[in-house]
Amino acid sequence: MIINSRFFNRSELMGFIALAAVLFVILPLTLDVFRLNLVAKYLTYAFVALGLVLCWGYGGILSLGQGVFFGLGGYCMAMFLKLEASSVENTKIQSTPGIPDFMDWNQITSLPLFWQPFHSLTFTILAIILVPGLFALIIGTAMFKRRVGGTYFAIITQAVAAILTILIVGQQGYTGGINGMTDLRTLKGWDIRPDHAKVILYFVEVVLLFACIGIAQFIRLTKLGRILVAMREQEDRVRFSGYSVANFKIFAFCMAAVFAAIGGAMFALNVGFMSPSFVGIVPSIEMVIYTAVGGRMSIFGAVWGAILVNFAKTSLSESFPQLWLFGLGALFIAVVLAFPNGLSGLWADYVQPRIDRLFASRKPKPGWNDNSVADGAPAE
Amino acid sequence: MFGDYSIGDLGSIFVMQGFAGLILFSVYVLMALGLAIIFGQMGVINMAHGEFMILGAYVTWMTSNFFQAYLPSLFSGYFFLAMILAFLASGALGMLVEWGLIRHLYKRPLDTLLATWGLSLMLQQAYRSVFGAREVGVELPQWMLGSLHVTESIEVPINGVFVMCLTVLITISVAYVLYMSRWGRQVRAVVQNRIMAGAVGINTEKVDRYTFGLGCGIAGVAGSAFTMIGSTGPTSGQLYIVDTFLVVVFGGAASLLGTIASAFSISQTQSTLEFFMSGSMAKVLTLLAVVGILMLRPQGLFALKVRK
Repeated sequence: MIINSRFFNRSELMGFIALAAVLFVILPLTLDVFRLNLVAKYLTYAFVALGLVLCWGYGGILSLGQGVFFGLGGYCMAMFLKLEASSVENTKIQSTPGIPDFMDWNQITSLPLFWQPFHSLTFTILAIILVPGLFALIIGTAMFKRRVGGTYFAIITQAVAAILTILIVGQQGYTGGINGMTDLRTLKGWDIRPDHAKVILYFVEVVLLFACIGIAQFIRLTKLGRILVAMREQEDRVRFSGYSVANFKIFAFCMAAVFAAIGGAMFALNVGFMSPSFVGIVPSIEMVIYTAVGGRMSIFGAVWGAILVNFAKTSLSESFPQLWLFGLGALFIAVVLAFPNGLSGLWADYVQPRIDRLFASRKPKPGWNDNSVADGAPAE
Repeated sequence: MFGDYSIGDLGSIFVMQGFAGLILFSVYVLMALGLAIIFGQMGVINMAHGEFMILGAYVTWMTSNFFQAYLPSLFSGYFFLAMILAFLASGALGMLVEWGLIRHLYKRPLDTLLATWGLSLMLQQAYRSVFGAREVGVELPQWMLGSLHVTESIEVPINGVFVMCLTVLITISVAYVLYMSRWGRQVRAVVQNRIMAGAVGINTEKVDRYTFGLGCGIAGVAGSAFTMIGSTGPTSGQLYIVDTFLVVVFGGAASLLGTIASAFSISQTQSTLEFFMSGSMAKVLTLLAVVGILMLRPQGLFALKVRK
């Protein structure tokens, strides 16, 4: 793979413009608020998929616990919103007003200590970034410093996802249990439920997504990104060259965790609730498939993967609930067997060359350094 | 937390919980044996392992229904035939899957995870379409019901004892096949170095296919045994998959002895804890302990010393 020193090469610039046009202009103009809110929900998974491109596609570390970070981010946000929705006036029918309703149902009479700081929005925003980041740091340090990777890492992250789900479901009084945190209403007094708020939140989310795309692209283009790729291909050689392989892996894993957490926080805002069904093993593996379908090496591909798979899921499971699981299963198998580089790989292998030939016929002598084809094609 | 019980009570509690733990242990060993072959030996991350078990459970259920309807006089013995059928059905499906899917992915172990997860989703939906979404239970023959009274306060369910005996039998056969038989030597040669094994004249494709089939077949027998303890639904397999993988990884992937030891320690921890706190907290603590130990000792309890 040739990495260009420009921030975007030509094909990436086209990809960027296409994505920006669709997300900023075309979708908001053509969809009603309900559908736009659905897209916002899909896009929260795009954050996760973006993180997985860095950590799985580039770093070669497959994490099956991204739902954990998505959930941690989402729950931090939801705790703040829930506290705001549980003001004394709103909850005066409870036996102890001023605490979230599910605590009241579970005979908890005062706000638990770890809930207290979530009265502050600043703390919440810091927590959304820091809690998953630190958690990933601990797991990553413990695993990568001991050179545990690949399969073992995947299984351990999966176990972590299982633990967190059981914990959330089991500790009803503190977490809302299986129902999660519902009935989230306002953010600093601003109602998040009406249509215009949904539209604003959608745009906030898209801006954040593009910020994350920028960060991911920056990481990819700097020396760091090259080391990640080198590490995935020949880990020992990178280690012998004097790089601390573990630290780079930890960094990629933490970035992926933070991205996932931002997605989770936006999920809580856009959808208005958070529940353990977005934390466990099944959602975590589905998040991996978004990345795989989009293309594990492609930043834009991950966003498209998240949108398209979720769109297919919604439309198929509405009309043919039986077909959906067959379809999703077949998708997993097809991605692995037939197109391991996902949609972006198909694009780079089949569509891009045709477009290039089209341009080449108009421009009789393409520069020898015109490497857009090689750029798009992920190295395997 | 011990204050409310007398010494004798505590003794019985630990014996009873220990026995419940032994049943759980048998369950874990049965689940993990097949995976220890597929994941531990072959390196394939088979996320559909639970679904192979469920296939065995459904086969057992169908056999039991068949005997009830057509051969009620032989009903007390249906279980032995059901287990053989379950082994054959799951094993055959396993070989089919190996041929269609897994053999293309031996060089990409992480991709086997995605592909077999897809397979598990399709199998789940297939079970739901064929057998319905509701959980099904098997009617046990008369001799398996009831329990043995060991002392005044200790009683042991017969089906639990049966599952344990079954586990011992299957474990010994697997160990024999893998470590004593000629075929087992071929299996270990192939998983250690496929190319070299092929070069000395082993038909690696055939060995791979039968090994995978054997692992899946054992999963089927495990599923068959489960019908004695609980009911089966299309998504039951997913419940077991994390536990099963943790058992295999915790024990040290390539070691059968490790699998047994880790199944024993995990099940005993969990069933003892379960008495003193809610089931979910016991589960959380057990899993946390396992993950914590794995972080300190990533190769598992019984790691084979190999140069990488």
